[in-house]
Amino acid sequence: MTKGFKPKVATANHLIEGDVIYFTSEGWSRRIETAAVARTAEDAEALIEQAGQCPQETAGASLIDVDLSTGIPRPVHFREVFRTRGPSNYFHGKQADHV
Amino acid sequence: MESKLIMYEYTDFDEAFLRDRITEFRSQIARRLDGSLTEEEFKPLRLMNGLYLQLHAYMLRVAIPYGTLNSRQMRQLAEIAERFDKGYGHFTTRQNIQFNWPKLSDVPDILTALADVGMHAIQTSGNCIRNVTADHFAGAAADEVEDPRITAEIIRQWSTDHPEFTYLPRKFKVAVTASDTDRAVIRFHDIGLRLRRQDGEIGYEVVIGGGLGRTPMIGKVVREFLPKRDLLAYLEAILRTYNLSGRRDNKFKARIKILVHETGLEDLRTRIEANFVQQKRLLPDLDPVKLAQIEAGFRPPAFADKPVTRTLSPAMRAFADINTAPHKRADHVIVTVSTKAVGSTPGDVTSAQMRVLADIALRYSHDELRISHEQNVVLPHVHRADLPAVYDALRDAGLATANVGLVSDIIACPGMDYCALATARSIPVAQDIARAFADIDAQRDIGPLKIKISGCINACGHHHVGHIGILGLEKSGVESYQITLGGDGTEAAEIGSRAGPGFAHDEIVPAIERLIVAYLDHRLDRSETFLETYRRLGAAPMKAALYGGAHDKAA
Repeated sequence: MTKGFKPKVATANHLIEGDVIYFTSEGWSRRIETAAVARTAEDAEALIEQAGQCPQETAGASLIDVDLSTGIPRPVHFREVFRTRGPSNYFHGKQADHV
Repeated sequence: MESKLIMYEYTDFDEAFLRDRITEFRSQIARRLDGSLTEEEFKPLRLMNGLYLQLHAYMLRVAIPYGTLNSRQMRQLAEIAERFDKGYGHFTTRQNIQFNWPKLSDVPDILTALADVGMHAIQTSGNCIRNVTADHFAGAAADEVEDPRITAEIIRQWSTDHPEFTYLPRKFKVAVTASDTDRAVIRFHDIGLRLRRQDGEIGYEVVIGGGLGRTPMIGKVVREFLPKRDLLAYLEAILRTYNLSGRRDNKFKARIKILVHETGLEDLRTRIEANFVQQKRLLPDLDPVKLAQIEAGFRPPAFADKPVTRTLSPAMRAFADINTAPHKRADHVIVTVSTKAVGSTPGDVTSAQMRVLADIALRYSHDELRISHEQNVVLPHVHRADLPAVYDALRDAGLATANVGLVSDIIACPGMDYCALATARSIPVAQDIARAFADIDAQRDIGPLKIKISGCINACGHHHVGHIGILGLEKSGVESYQITLGGDGTEAAEIGSRAGPGFAHDEIVPAIERLIVAYLDHRLDRSETFLETYRRLGAAPMKAALYGGAHDKAA
């Protein structure tokens, strides 16, 4: 891993559903656990370019920082934590989809 | 029971225009889905149709002109929420409704369902003249000069798809009131209009350059009295002046408030008045025939004369004390239905509740409903004799919370639970404050208090004009909440002052509790409101309650 580089995954919203998706080695997934992780700046560049290859599926794609200390990627910023879950006022969104 | 459309009805031209726009958007979506349009190309097209992409899903913002709905429209909103969304809708501080979970492929069908009841999502986004808002008590308020929705409707027709004003430097919001008591927050809009009478003639006081957001400003009076016939020529003059001179170089300085601030009111007034002279030559006065047609759409309903026979139970009386306002007829009241039951999300109404509201409106309020900028629903024309039946129906639907204007009647934007722009969550803060003050008797003891919460600097939750304002920001990777004090969105307009350093998410509710305890300790008696106590004593006792002795250093 490059020194000082924070590991990243690529995320977007699904074009039709609008829900949060993550880029994996096999295309887009609704679960961050399966996301492909970039561990160097070069990997990150390649990842976002690859993620941008299938624009018909997605609305926008960007890289976010992840924490790998548990072995699976977890978002660092609270906004991204919320995106993995859904809103806090109703049991809607991802938290409900995963049940 | 009567079921008449008490508002402007679409002409064949309007109807055809709307259907064409939907067909066009349907084909644009199809082209996005088949890859002919990139996301970059598609985004401005969807925004022109009110479709945003938020954190977890798309969001469709639907215009409710001047916040007025009839029962048929409310029922259709219920139907849309059930069929295409998750069974609820969110009423906003701009008197609109937002659906939080539509699928892109369903949006044309949603827009068709809206068009079936004369509604749309046009000009609910982008740098254009947005949905015109008005006093939510319009047509019913005891203190109004005339129904302000007549003016709002004239402006709606003029501004809809206006060819010159679809690409302004920035978005543009107009609000109209017709009372000295400002319930429409007109001093915080790009243009605020107050109908007033001068020497027997009806006209407007015209206010420009108000706004909230990152640079809050109180609007300034650019014209003390504008005759009614000159309305559109004067608006045209303001908009043209702004369109030419507004700053397009910096998005954060592009609103008209910055132009007023940088140019100075006098200079800008001179330019507007000069342009107005030109407009007067080019534009005819308001067509009296057309005006009469619009006025006819807002004629007062046929109020019933009937005796009030049933006495109110204590619960009904408590509800009536807090949630009703004087009507222009002494035997009627205006009922405000709170969407802020303890634990609920401000502004959210389920499909089942929307249907109940539609039924009540049709039966007891001359088929009229209003959405207030405070995210409540108003039944504008309820006969006192019908109040018990209205109360019972509301109570059975969980809509009889007697907290209007009290501490738990909180405005909250969607915040980071939904909004892609937000920097912190708003809704859970509102829910937790409401829970902390759940006891209605305690709320009544605290008295009138407006808490307004925004989840980012854009201030959709109007925090600058909250008696207590809360602004959610990010600080060092966590949510942080700044408190402002003494804001006021009424005719006594004030921008709240920042109290000091922010509070963490788990500290904000205790901080608000301390503030309210300090108010209770310092007020002269029960008749002195939070805002009055703050104005009398200044911020010092409130800051002491928030920060103890440390506030001087910490601030």
